[in-house]
Amino acid sequence: MNAPNSNLGATRWIGKRVPRKEDPRLLTGRGQFVDDVTLPGMLHVAFARSPIARGRIVSIDTQVARELPGVHAVLTMADLAARPIKLLSFFFTEAEVPITPLADGHVSYAGEPVVLVAAETRAQAEDAASLVEIEYEELDPVVTIAQAKVAAPIHPGVDSNVAAEIGDEEVEDELEDKLAGSALRLSHRIVHQRISQSPMETRGVLASRDGPEELTLRITCQSPHLVARWVSLALGLPDTAIRVIAKDVGGSFGLKNHPWKEESAVIVAALLMGKPLKWIEDRYEALTASNQAREAEMTLQAGFDAQGRLTGSHGIYDCNNGAFPQGADSNIAVHMFVWAAYRVPAYAFVSRGWYTNTNGLAAYRGPWAMESLVRETMLDRAARQLGIDPIEIRRRNLVYLKDQPMVTSMGIPLDDITPGECLEKLLDHFDMAAFRREQAAARAEGRYLGVGIASYVEPTGSAGSMAPMTGELAQVRIEPTGKVTATLSTHSQGHGTATTMAQCIADRLGVRYEDVTVFEGDSTRGGFSPGAAGSRQGVIAGGAAIRCSEMLADKVRTLAAHLLNASVESVVIDEGTVRVEGAPEMARPLAEIAAIAYGEPDRLPPGFESGLEMQFRYQPPPMTFTSATHLAVVEVDAETGFVKILRWISSEDCGTVINPAVVEGQISGGLAQAIGMVLLEEMPYDARGNPQAATFKDYMLPSISDVPTFEFVHANTPSKSIGGMRGVGEGGAIIGPPTLVNAIADALTPFGELGDVVLPLTPARILDVIEQRDVSGFYAPEPVKVEAAVAEPVAAAPEPVAEAPAVPSAGPEGDWNMVLKTPMGPQAMVAHFDIEGTALSGYLSAPEGRQDFAGGTVEGNRLRFDLKVEKPMKITLKYDLEIGGDSITGKCKMGMFGSAKVTGERA
Amino acid sequence: MSEHAIALTLNGQRRDAVVEARTSLADYLRLDAGCTGVHLGCEHGVCGACTVMVDGRAVRSCLMLAVQADGSTVTTVEGLAAPDGTFHPVQQAMREAHGLQCGFCTPGVLMTFAALTGGEAKASEDSLVSAMSGHICRCTGYQGIRRAAKALAEGTVGAGGAE
Ligand code: FES
Ligand code: FES
Repeated sequence: MNAPNSNLGATRWIGKRVPRKEDPRLLTGRGQFVDDVTLPGMLHVAFARSPIARGRIVSIDTQVARELPGVHAVLTMADLAARPIKLLSFFFTEAEVPITPLADGHVSYAGEPVVLVAAETRAQAEDAASLVEIEYEELDPVVTIAQAKVAAPIHPGVDSNVAAEIGDEEVEDELEDKLAGSALRLSHRIVHQRISQSPMETRGVLASRDGPEELTLRITCQSPHLVARWVSLALGLPDTAIRVIAKDVGGSFGLKNHPWKEESAVIVAALLMGKPLKWIEDRYEALTASNQAREAEMTLQAGFDAQGRLTGSHGIYDCNNGAFPQGADSNIAVHMFVWAAYRVPAYAFVSRGWYTNTNGLAAYRGPWAMESLVRETMLDRAARQLGIDPIEIRRRNLVYLKDQPMVTSMGIPLDDITPGECLEKLLDHFDMAAFRREQAAARAEGRYLGVGIASYVEPTGSAGSMAPMTGELAQVRIEPTGKVTATLSTHSQGHGTATTMAQCIADRLGVRYEDVTVFEGDSTRGGFSPGAAGSRQGVIAGGAAIRCSEMLADKVRTLAAHLLNASVESVVIDEGTVRVEGAPEMARPLAEIAAIAYGEPDRLPPGFESGLEMQFRYQPPPMTFTSATHLAVVEVDAETGFVKILRWISSEDCGTVINPAVVEGQISGGLAQAIGMVLLEEMPYDARGNPQAATFKDYMLPSISDVPTFEFVHANTPSKSIGGMRGVGEGGAIIGPPTLVNAIADALTPFGELGDVVLPLTPARILDVIEQRDVSGFYAPEPVKVEAAVAEPVAAAPEPVAEAPAVPSAGPEGDWNMVLKTPMGPQAMVAHFDIEGTALSGYLSAPEGRQDFAGGTVEGNRLRFDLKVEKPMKITLKYDLEIGGDSITGKCKMGMFGSAKVTGERA
Repeated sequence: MSEHAIALTLNGQRRDAVVEARTSLADYLRLDAGCTGVHLGCEHGVCGACTVMVDGRAVRSCLMLAVQADGSTVTTVEGLAAPDGTFHPVQQAMREAHGLQCGFCTPGVLMTFAALTGGEAKASEDSLVSAMSGHICRCTGYQGIRRAAKALAEGTVGAGGAE
């Protein structure tokens, strides 16, 4: 933490539970969500969507729809093609498979938009969309991960259904020896269901072309700046011609990071038609046609010695990416953080994302959360098998402050994480011995209580390693009236950043919280940042607001010292009054100083810039860790399989707390979502690829009766970022699921081991354990499901055959167009190889620059070389490639990121 | 499509309108009457965001047709605060309790609270909390809503009861 400014006023605003700035308008119905805005001449959009998961579009007949009164346009992809747009990932990379706003010739998931209708009212648009006639030639869909593994590629032009891949399948000898020599070698599997993010405000956009090349978007999103940048790159329009406004947003949780198919279609149609177009998704579309999240499976192996100390571990992760993910993802973060809080000598992994004919994958609060779920539930399972207390097994493996600085087995440097300290602090608030007595007594009465604990660390406030993850900007101004206004790069979808940032500013500037107004929600205000992404705003924007306010306070003090003939050191700003220490008669209202700063240039010190405004962009440390341990107590009804949560304690360390009510609100919201994931929520698909939950009666969100009162224990170890904050946006959704699953597993121990976990833990699945039979039907052998799911056996993907060069091809020398499948998306480059005997040199060149290498080797068709890179961090890339005629395949080992696939062709 | 003339008292003012038979009360309030504080979270009666008061009772305006409101008195979130801007106790309770984040579910929550605490009978904390099981909030985990219910039942709003 930075040295406290000795001239700070006496009143502290950081750390206070102040009422939120956002609330008065939201409590009186004066919020401004995208659907609340109406523009003159605005038309409403509805889509005709694919009723099948996979097929070829044979014909589209729009005639009847076009003739309906009020209809202005009925557009297909052929019409939209007049204004090209490239749908990009969150990292602004292009997808491997073409993604068009409307379906182009074929459909790849049920609900894919095929035709856009614009009409004078929403009702007319929906009526017309239902009259569009589309004929399809249906194909068998690939729905599950298991099917994707054996089916022919769903997308033309790709060699398999692997959307993204990283790591190594085989456990290397050294790790295998460690696992084999362990007292306990455990393999633990989690099958995580598909989740619909379900913000209460669905997606929506109002696009208006304000000039030939000028575009104003009102869109529900996570950062107007990120959307402006994304649209600018997607359309090839300059940034300055795009204005994105999102005043109030009704939740997002990862879903609304950036526009996708429907929003892009509306933007393009608005550019083509020159009329403002509004599309507001209805809940049926939101559940069945929006992007979704989480469907993934993970098998974690770990070895333990007889005392329960970890000896090594290996993880296999598979994730359903759907047809058009918002960035093909094999989720490297799962592996980077699975053991980040634990001392594990070695870890290796393989990770794959799979294309299927289902809705695309988008982010959801803590997208890598599987790591905590699989690890923490495995630790409890191991503890039971070894006869060790679950608390003890954590104590023996967790990283405590005394163990740091250290570097994890995945190469992550740690110097101030406190999951162990959070555990100890939690236990001060919970009498475990008393609970165990209560549990034993209850069991004797046929009541099944259980306690679960789980620990973790969470990477927050990440900056500098990926294109969108920048620093944050604060611009703070003392107006001539003495009131303070600020524009920030932050954005709230409920986060209350106008509140927390105002607290930071008031605290460091020495003004009243009531006198600070923060403006956000408009890409023309403040500067670029990705907004609410990766639990970053409190950490980075908070640091920016603090430093910027301190700089501005210094400017005020310089001016006041000059005007009052005092020393700068003696000037203090407190509650909006500028005082000189020891001379109370010289106190002046800040407004008086401000009026002079703007209006009386003659009175300013020489060289003093008039006005009172400052800006500061904060580039924080690359990553800031938040730690936590949670505890839940449940009762499982052995008759019905229902779970009641009796108590929940969160013991977390998020450093400096700006506003405890906001911090607790973030954790509570995440925990409610965790309860939903463990007990209630599920977006199932049928065998033909139809999403099965179309209303909130089928997709069950937690209600007030499902969520207990949460208790909070805060540890406050300041981080190294300015202000000492640590991010807290996603943690509840990450640590909640294992806490609850562990409590349920503990309650069920009289009946047996919960074992591998299939979410959600519905009453039927819990009865499977209690009654030791397959009540839910889920555990039926997988092959039966696969055959029932696919009408005709799907042809297996052809084994890659080493191509025998038909014509004698040239050697490896020369240029190759290569693609490296990195965790951040495919990276295209040109490789150039020079060969002398068996020595290989050359370069790789990409738009970002060219890198030379030497010292490589050639053995027959095999090329090996190393390349040192600085970004996203210092690692050595080890390429191992094989030439087959005019194509090239192989791997690139990327240090802690594992290996990535390389493919390419002769240029 | 048949059109119908209706008349109602909305937030204390008489309004006459002509609506299509299929227009929901929610759409009428949002699109014709300008009450955009009425939020649509599901349009099928589950989420509660669209709740308004019709003749003093909490009603899901997405499930009621505008023509059915003919002749009634309707209050939306815009009509809760006093004309001078003083918050209604339910607004005050939610503010003190940090009962909202994004605020999308909030108008519905407020109207149900208002309908249950407005009459003579004093609503218990339990009855307020169980009424809240008809409102989905995706943001808050219901912690502040629960505190607001307690403060309303105990009459401690404005005295730090909800904090
Ligand atoms: S919109 Fe009426 S209950 Fe959801
Ligand atoms: S505050 Fe966002 S849904 Fe309730």
